[in-house]
Amino acid sequence: MTLTESPSPLGRLGRVVVNNPLMPLVGLLVALIAVLAILNPTILSLFWVGNTIKIAIPLAMLAACQTLTMLTGGIDLSVGTVATITAFVAATLSPLTGVPVAIVVALACAVTVGLVNGFGIAVCRVHPLIMTLGTALIATGCLLVYQRYVIATGVLIPDFLLWLGTGRSFGLPNGLFLFVPFAVLVIWAQRRTGFGRMLYAIGSNEAAARLSGVRVWQVQFTLYSLSSVIAGMTGLLYLGQIKTASLSLALPLDLPSVAAAVIGGTSIFGGRGGYGGTIIGALILTVLTTMLTLMQIPEGGRRILFGLIILAVTALYVRLTNQN
Amino acid sequence: MRRVLTNNSWTIGLAGLLAFLLIATKVIQPDFGVSGLDSLARAALPFALASVGMAVVVIAGGIDLSMAAMMAVASVTGAVLMNGASDGEAALAVLFVLMVGIGMGAINGTLIVLTRVPDIVVTLAMLFVWQGVALLILNAPGGSAAPWLRGLIVGGVTLPFLPAALTEWIPKALVFLIVVVGAIWLPLRRSKLGLRFYAIGSDPLAAYRSGVPVGPTRIAAYAVAGLFAALGGLSVTMGTGIGEPIPGPYLMASVAAVVLGGVVLGGGRGGLLGPILAVLVLRTVRMDLTLLSIDPNVAAIIEGTIMAVVVMFGAVLATRGRKT
Repeated sequence: MTLTESPSPLGRLGRVVVNNPLMPLVGLLVALIAVLAILNPTILSLFWVGNTIKIAIPLAMLAACQTLTMLTGGIDLSVGTVATITAFVAATLSPLTGVPVAIVVALACAVTVGLVNGFGIAVCRVHPLIMTLGTALIATGCLLVYQRYVIATGVLIPDFLLWLGTGRSFGLPNGLFLFVPFAVLVIWAQRRTGFGRMLYAIGSNEAAARLSGVRVWQVQFTLYSLSSVIAGMTGLLYLGQIKTASLSLALPLDLPSVAAAVIGGTSIFGGRGGYGGTIIGALILTVLTTMLTLMQIPEGGRRILFGLIILAVTALYVRLTNQN
Repeated sequence: MRRVLTNNSWTIGLAGLLAFLLIATKVIQPDFGVSGLDSLARAALPFALASVGMAVVVIAGGIDLSMAAMMAVASVTGAVLMNGASDGEAALAVLFVLMVGIGMGAINGTLIVLTRVPDIVVTLAMLFVWQGVALLILNAPGGSAAPWLRGLIVGGVTLPFLPAALTEWIPKALVFLIVVVGAIWLPLRRSKLGLRFYAIGSDPLAAYRSGVPVGPTRIAAYAVAGLFAALGGLSVTMGTGIGEPIPGPYLMASVAAVVLGGVVLGGGRGGLLGPILAVLVLRTVRMDLTLLSIDPNVAAIIEGTIMAVVVMFGAVLATRGRKT
């Protein structure tokens, strides 16, 4: 991509789309809702909108982990496991130790996974994908061992998590009370803070960032710890929403969280994208899932579709930006 | 002679480690004998085939995260086709599954070459696609395996001309592994194609300038990996007698075995004997943990930690290698 080269009209359109992914995304969302309305005209209501937002919130929060890590060219595939562990530990420890201690311990578990991820990726330079898959595997093993010791204690889900997860105010889910400040914070952090800009810098050109004085390993270490904390918070919210503590609670959200970030215009190679698009991406996926359920597509078909979406969108971005 | 020794010092070290572990097993469990060896070889078979496939791709400078998912597709395809089939039909089914494996690998490779998206992203997306395909073929474990196929890997070797006592201790599964890998890899290694795998793995640009068709070679490497994944999936069905639509823990294990086996992540160096020995080492460790009557979940954690440490160590070595 040189400056003197004049891009073709299609290329110029592509650049506009890549730089402002929000417009076409909102268009796609509206189109999907329109198709849904044609398929089942009775479905559209305020209740449905609230429900869709409620389901999309945990997904959007997990996708925040993917967005932030992808900005540096990484990925965090342990988020589903971390969310599950936090939820399970919080729910099973609450009857034993009381709610505050249980939540602190649960979040500590999340931070531990994040620290291990950060150590492997930032210090040992393992590829993030392999490292986070590995910690997810180990953490699942630990969860299975832990489960053995608390099998008899029963489960207590804290009231305020239930309120947050299932309650509604003015027709909209209470989860928004957590999500709106969270989203504002993330968007502000990625745009206005030094940390956020360093994420973009590392993702665009790690060597250049290092030469400009960014301590890459410290940023990555912080990033993966932060990602696990977000995943832990999501787990707590999800616990209130699902109201059961299972050993595979948030695992089905792993793949959609990657898909949401990718659809939202965050480049999996780093340096491009933002959280605003990801939120729309999460909404699109939720509507899409409703549609697939309505059309009675089996679970296998859904996975194939999500995998193909990730592939197609990434390939499209590569084409549009000539980035390799 | 000395050159052979120094070139293969890593492999020889691994063989020594394996021998030491087997002796340790004998010390832990004095009863350990022919049947123990047989079950060890049978448990290691799918892991070994997955690692061999992964090693081929890594040698050619790529990585295939969809290995375990392709194995699941092969496993369920084989189990469904062989359900209630005669011996002849079962043989046709095996051939068909192998073709499917090659096809799946070729699709992975073609997508990587055509879309120019990095291999790690494409195969991650395809991981979900193949998982979905496996679920569509068979929603829950089921199907069956032809009895003669099961007979190929159960029990010890008996040769018509030699007394049974002489060969009985050699597990059939081990012989099956050596024959299959040897039949596919040895001719390949000697051929032009095998040389090209190493060429594009060590330096794609140099390979391109020397007239190696980089794209087709890469597709071929993934197709070979797909073939081994199909064999691995069949061996799962052969071992359990049913098809498993949910992929086993073969992905992490194969990456760890490849690294431990002396194949450098990044490509161009290493062979297939190292990864096979590494798989046997990892399986023996697992068996020893079981024999020491350690909780299987704790054993899984220990095993996962070993694998993660191995991968971290490998990554550090790879970074060092790039710097010098």
